[in-house]
Amino acid sequence: MSAIEIAGIHKSFGQTKVLRDISLSIRSGEFVAVLGPSGCGKTTLLRTLAGFEKLDGGEIHVDGRLLSGKEVHLSPEERNIGVVFQNYALWPHMSIEQNVSYSLKVKGMSRPDRTRRTREVLELVGLDTLSTRRPADLSGGQRQRVALARCLAMQAGVVLLDEPLANLDVHLRATLEEEFSRFHRRSGATMFYITHDQSEALALADRVAVMDKGRIAQFATPSTLYLEPTNEMVAGFIGEGKLMDVSNLTPGNDGRAHAHLFGQPIRLRCAEDARARSEARISFHPSDLSLADAGVGIPATVKRITYRGDHLRAEVAPDPAPDISLTLNVMPPFCIEQGQHVSIALNDGWVLPDPHFA
Amino acid sequence: MSDLALKQERPARAFRLSRLKPSGEMRLILCLALFVGLLSIAPLGRLVYAAFFTDGTLDLDRIAHVLGGRRVLQATGNTIWISLTSTLLASLIGTLAALLVGMTDMKARTAWVFGFVLPLMIPPQVTALAWVQSFSPASPLLAPLGLTLEPGMRHPLYSSWGIILLLGLYNAPLVFLSVRASLRRVPANLLEAAQSAGAKPLPVIIDIILPLVRSGIFAGAALAFVSSIGNFGIQAMLGIPARVPTLITMIYQRLNSYGPSALNDMALLALLLAVLTIIGMTITGWLGRQGDQRVDGASLTLRLTLGRWHLPVATMAWGYLAAVLVLPLSALAGSALVRGYGQPLNLDTITFENFRNALFQHEGIREAFATSFLLTGLTVFILIPVSIALGYFLVWRSGLLSRLLHLASELAYALPGIIIGVAMILFFLRPLPFIDVSIYGTIWVIFAAYLSNYLALALRPILGGFAQVDRSLNEAAQIAGAGILSRLRDIVLPVLAPSAAAAAILVFMTAINEIQTSVLLVSSRAQTIGPMIIFLEEAGSSTLAAAVGCLMVLLILTLMLVSLCFSKYLPKGVLPWRD
Repeated sequence: MSAIEIAGIHKSFGQTKVLRDISLSIRSGEFVAVLGPSGCGKTTLLRTLAGFEKLDGGEIHVDGRLLSGKEVHLSPEERNIGVVFQNYALWPHMSIEQNVSYSLKVKGMSRPDRTRRTREVLELVGLDTLSTRRPADLSGGQRQRVALARCLAMQAGVVLLDEPLANLDVHLRATLEEEFSRFHRRSGATMFYITHDQSEALALADRVAVMDKGRIAQFATPSTLYLEPTNEMVAGFIGEGKLMDVSNLTPGNDGRAHAHLFGQPIRLRCAEDARARSEARISFHPSDLSLADAGVGIPATVKRITYRGDHLRAEVAPDPAPDISLTLNVMPPFCIEQGQHVSIALNDGWVLPDPHFA
Repeated sequence: MSDLALKQERPARAFRLSRLKPSGEMRLILCLALFVGLLSIAPLGRLVYAAFFTDGTLDLDRIAHVLGGRRVLQATGNTIWISLTSTLLASLIGTLAALLVGMTDMKARTAWVFGFVLPLMIPPQVTALAWVQSFSPASPLLAPLGLTLEPGMRHPLYSSWGIILLLGLYNAPLVFLSVRASLRRVPANLLEAAQSAGAKPLPVIIDIILPLVRSGIFAGAALAFVSSIGNFGIQAMLGIPARVPTLITMIYQRLNSYGPSALNDMALLALLLAVLTIIGMTITGWLGRQGDQRVDGASLTLRLTLGRWHLPVATMAWGYLAAVLVLPLSALAGSALVRGYGQPLNLDTITFENFRNALFQHEGIREAFATSFLLTGLTVFILIPVSIALGYFLVWRSGLLSRLLHLASELAYALPGIIIGVAMILFFLRPLPFIDVSIYGTIWVIFAAYLSNYLALALRPILGGFAQVDRSLNEAAQIAGAGILSRLRDIVLPVLAPSAAAAAILVFMTAINEIQTSVLLVSSRAQTIGPMIIFLEEAGSSTLAAAVGCLMVLLILTLMLVSLCFSKYLPKGVLPWRD
């Protein structure tokens, strides 16, 4: 178990700034996911932690030990940080047992100790019967368990995972996500999980760091990210978030606020220190919108309907601003069709902090 | 916040300091630098120095005198026009062969390719000897036709046209391999589009295929040029009796006659040869890049049907193999089977005495075989691990030093072997410092030349292998705590085993029979098998030379066939004789 302290790190490749002033404090034993679109620098962040890349500035400490910083760069082999690679990087010429025990072998552990420890670890991940097989003979899920067993065997306090589910099909993913949670409980290791898939990040992690263009956009628990994004990037990225402008924002003292959307009064959530202003930007999700009785909500026209099995997804254009497209989920019984005039209500929304005062 | 900003202002210098601490990887690359530096860079540097400076002074008069000499000018002229003309011939034959194999539904393609590429693997001095023998009375093909040479007649191959012909035939497979590789990258739908536009097979080839494989043709021509200009075996075997001097034979003859006193002048000639080689490579490289078309898309081989042309084309193709392979090799075997040169081969004259002499009686030949096996084996043993380590830095670590070492090794490989020979004499003539032992005249100077010469050859398949391997395999081993040497031994070497095996085969086959590097370095104490044929032929033992030549061809054929048996374990496209 180890705490990770990342303080103001920078990394450039040539002219491209890949990491810009990234700081993260990760508690010992925490499961942290780093979420971001491709090219946002999340893999580089992992590689600096593992020691594959040197820093241009800032420091990385694990359990108080300086790993990367000014004039200091511990090589990956000296860090004792486990990595589960995207393709698992199992050595094809070694058996499962040899793959798992290799780190113990290079540490100079005696053969009997090595065998015993390897057997324990393989039993723990349920691969003890396959220990003589080669990686090529295993299924995708089994390979992942070997990769995890490798980290268990080396007793890494920190385990970095580089999009380990990216190349797998949907059915396998669900099973393997479960595997990661179990591994986390069992090893107690601090987990640092890189992914571009937000459902994975939100489901697995204690806290999620959303990355955008080399910066951390927000680092918070999954529910905070979903309900209280601090900026437009996070608001739009998480859970099909939608941004709208409201007028006449008047916050109360209880984290609630009133405002007007297309002239209709609505109730919103906001930060406790939010101030009253004439214009504000809010974020909400498709589930926050619903059909309302005629004459009560915002008048709108249905543009498109997509059948999604248990619900219909409707794209509607509010009549006061027909260029805007809003998405909402309609539950059965379905009584809606294209071109129909409806009335919609916004039941919940979050007022983004005013960027000018942040 | 301001505190952080201050801290980040000086990272660049801080990192340079930390890099000074030698990590395992840094110690290894320094060892590699020492290896390449001592074996390639320093001897070639010594050669350049010796070419310009005698006794520490730059003597421009001497340089002008040497380079302006009538014989040198004549040899330079011969070198240029012989290399260029033979390159043209090789490009013509090689391109036609590649089109035939790659574009038509010719039958028995695999066997034909094996036969077509085979001459490239036969040592050139053996090829030359075999061609010379093909007009002897012992030739089983020409003798019955009465096409043998009467005593006293001038041999038609002892001329510059003879040299050009043999160099062209010898290097045609180089162009063939290069063009065939380009052909494989041409997407079939480009041809189908031309066909559906109404183009007949010949216009398809001229208008579509040739422009698309142009870079392949020029790349092959560059290889053929470099190989021609530095081909000592053919130039010496034909050029010396024909009195057609070329730079390479001139260096050899003058060093033999005058000894080390001629070294400075010969270094100058070697440098001239090196400059000609580099100019030739640069020009062909530039021509190849002009109008180079990059094509993308799935390459699916499209074969034009020969139809009624099948019989004439097959006759031509197999007739070519009969002429360049069966004719000389059967004559070589014929000469090896008679007691004395000039005897016809029949049941009365046939004897295995030459083979018995070569294998059991003649001590020099036996020792030469043993030395060649020892040195070649040691070379493979050293170069494979060195190439794997150098490949590691080239593919997975970008760095100026490793690229510099790569360039130096490529140069030592591309330059004619005789230049490495002169450089090695210059570098190792004086006793080694500290131990005060001179390795000049021993087999170890030949060994040093092999290590220098063949590093790039061993490196190529290994670099290809690295490109196929996911670098995370190495990173996973770093994570596990393994140092650089453990990783190379436990992870990289086993994963790259097929490429390493292919590299070992290539180096072994090339070094076992080589002549140009060791011809200047052999001495009475240190003989290799490659130059043996020239010495035997010069001493008048033509039939014994033919027997040694036959043994060398048999050795090569055996190695090629054995490697074919294992070819399914080797990476595709590394062994040139496998279609």
